[in-house]
Amino acid sequence: MPEEREKAEEGKEPIPAWQLFYDDIFLLFFLGVAIPTLVYTVWGLMEIVQIPELPVFKP
Amino acid sequence: MAIKEPERIWWKPFTRDERLWVAMALLWMMGSFVFMPVYHFIGAQNPPSETYRVRDHEKFRALVDGMVAKYKVGEDKGVPVVKPEPGSDVFMQASMWQWYPVLELEKGKTYRIHLSSMDITHGFSIQPINMNFMVVPDYDYVLTLTPTTAGDYYIVCNEFCGLGHHLMVGKMIIK
Amino acid sequence: MDYRICSLTGLKINKPAEDLIKWNMVTAILFLAIGGFMGLLMALTRWPSVHYLDTSHYYRFLTLHGFDALLLWILFFEVALVHFTSAVLLNTRVVAPFSAWIAYALMLVGAAFVNIVVFAGKADVLFTSYVPLKANGVYYLGIIIFAVGAIVAFANFFANIIQARRDKAYQHSLPLGTFGLAAASIIGIVTLAHGAVIMIPVFFWSIDLIKYIDPATYRLVFWGLGHPSQQINVCAMVAMWYMTAGFVLGAKPVNEKLSRTAFVLYILFINVASEHHLLVDPVLSSWHKIINTSYVMHLAVLASMIHAFAIPASIEVALRNKGYTKGLFDWLKNAPWGNPAFSATFLSIIGFGFLGGTTGVIFGTEQFNIIRHNTFAITGHFHATVVSGTTIAFMGGTYLLIPYIFRRNLVLPKLAAIQPYLYAIGVAVMLIGMMAAGTYGVPRRHWDITFSNAIFSFSFDPSADMFLSMMGVGGLFAALGGAMFIIISLGSIMFGRKIQ
Repeated sequence: MPEEREKAEEGKEPIPAWQLFYDDIFLLFFLGVAIPTLVYTVWGLMEIVQIPELPVFKP
Repeated sequence: MAIKEPERIWWKPFTRDERLWVAMALLWMMGSFVFMPVYHFIGAQNPPSETYRVRDHEKFRALVDGMVAKYKVGEDKGVPVVKPEPGSDVFMQASMWQWYPVLELEKGKTYRIHLSSMDITHGFSIQPINMNFMVVPDYDYVLTLTPTTAGDYYIVCNEFCGLGHHLMVGKMIIK
Repeated sequence: MDYRICSLTGLKINKPAEDLIKWNMVTAILFLAIGGFMGLLMALTRWPSVHYLDTSHYYRFLTLHGFDALLLWILFFEVALVHFTSAVLLNTRVVAPFSAWIAYALMLVGAAFVNIVVFAGKADVLFTSYVPLKANGVYYLGIIIFAVGAIVAFANFFANIIQARRDKAYQHSLPLGTFGLAAASIIGIVTLAHGAVIMIPVFFWSIDLIKYIDPATYRLVFWGLGHPSQQINVCAMVAMWYMTAGFVLGAKPVNEKLSRTAFVLYILFINVASEHHLLVDPVLSSWHKIINTSYVMHLAVLASMIHAFAIPASIEVALRNKGYTKGLFDWLKNAPWGNPAFSATFLSIIGFGFLGGTTGVIFGTEQFNIIRHNTFAITGHFHATVVSGTTIAFMGGTYLLIPYIFRRNLVLPKLAAIQPYLYAIGVAVMLIGMMAAGTYGVPRRHWDITFSNAIFSFSFDPSADMFLSMMGVGGLFAALGGAMFIIISLGSIMFGRKIQ
């Protein structure tokens, strides 16, 4: 089966770029790790670090 | 088939009904996304984010005690009832398993309510109007709150805080 | 090489893959049995007129219910799917069986640690174990070991894929089912890495080697484990939907581009929904909350909307091709409703879509969250996604895979035909009761909502009691359906008629 398909492929139109992107599991893996880690975790940690100290209140 | 490799090139244009469905869904999604920031400007009720770090719990406790000493107007079931000035900073502490003190607030006046925990995480749930916020130790969470209806309100803890969790009920009186 | 050809599907099945699928599936079902039984005890305790357990047992078994039913049953099953979709669907082999078995062993040891320490009463901290609430160190150690094992298991998926590519088991694109599990594995690794990253310092803190863990940091990173572990389920469940439609009906995705786009959106954006737990927390800014709670402008919700269109459409097309073409709904009437693999899939689509997904988007809206956070409505929401979505889909998956992998026929086929319906209806009644009670403010994870011994007496609107009873009745039916599933699946695996 795969060999037949390979033969049939010769001289055919190129695969669209988007399809290549979707097929690239490892690029998706990288983005899938990077986006939530940056948008959620790292951004969140930056905000936690920047919380100001309790100010002085006049009672 | 979902269980077989698809044909060599499957990147093909959407059909008309697919386009329609995706467009409708996208429109709805954007609507409900934009709603959130927009409501911060037009809405009366938004989750606050004003927060301070409380490195020393005693510092927060001192603020609570100072407020109780100055504005105490009575006692309810042994818990002091405090009537702070409208517009002022009001401090409430959560600990296993008590909300301290009882607050007496005026309808239509705005208060800055500071919430912090002396031990573990608690949940600040105002009943029966059902509004819920988290109280995290080592942080002071400031709710800017304007009561609109008079009556007795109860503060139920809705984050698990040990075996006495279900005993942790506080009170707020709106006059 | 050690292969056999499946007489039912024509798939080439690798012996180590088969064994791994078997062991992971059986382990998953056993943990579902424990977790489900704990669930029954929860329903009986939250049912006001029954109020079965005492305080400490309620919180102890609630901890166990969360861990066994939410993490163990589902992740063990997903690891079985990892091997099924990467090795079996591609007609290739498990490339490193040894590491796959190490992963299994680590997961099992971690699971055992947690179960034992919770049963022993040393970790009544609930599933979330919010610092500075402290459990025995063994509890955190168990979670770490389990998470590391699960990371290794998901890494196996990618190893198998690379090998499959080398073996020319596929040319360009993975089958859609495998692609769905790729999404699940990617999300799984992000999730479990968050779990390991936060649980390791907490473990050292629990044995007094570290003095302080910041509670807000814990909450942030913990939910990087707690919520996305449910997004692994979403991907695996949707993949299961496509696969069941493919195996049972020969259905073909109506448009590969559409369905794959949905999975890509999941991979990129669904994980940030961890924010749903932090919307009324101090610390985080409104923009952090808005961007994250909306899964980056609701793009991951768009993905679910796409699946909601694509899967029923592919089922319709497949049934119409079988000749059920009269009128608009002839195909629906003639769907194989008596086949539990199909009916479970269908019920899972309905339950997840209408009850789970919608409430998730609503409760995850920053402002609405004020009136729903930590109420029983949230419990209703995630039972809709995890139980009436994922668990039912995986029950269907079990019925589908028992003949293919265990080479056994189902025992009690009549009971199996009604089991998904009974379970789905029970769960639906239960979670609608939960959601309705939550609208009155009834808190989740609460032993006594009558506050009978509290200093201030407060009682909820009496209607809440009615909805809590509704939850109890639904819970009983769900428990019955769940018990039927355990009996049918384990019974078939042990005593089902052999398929040659």
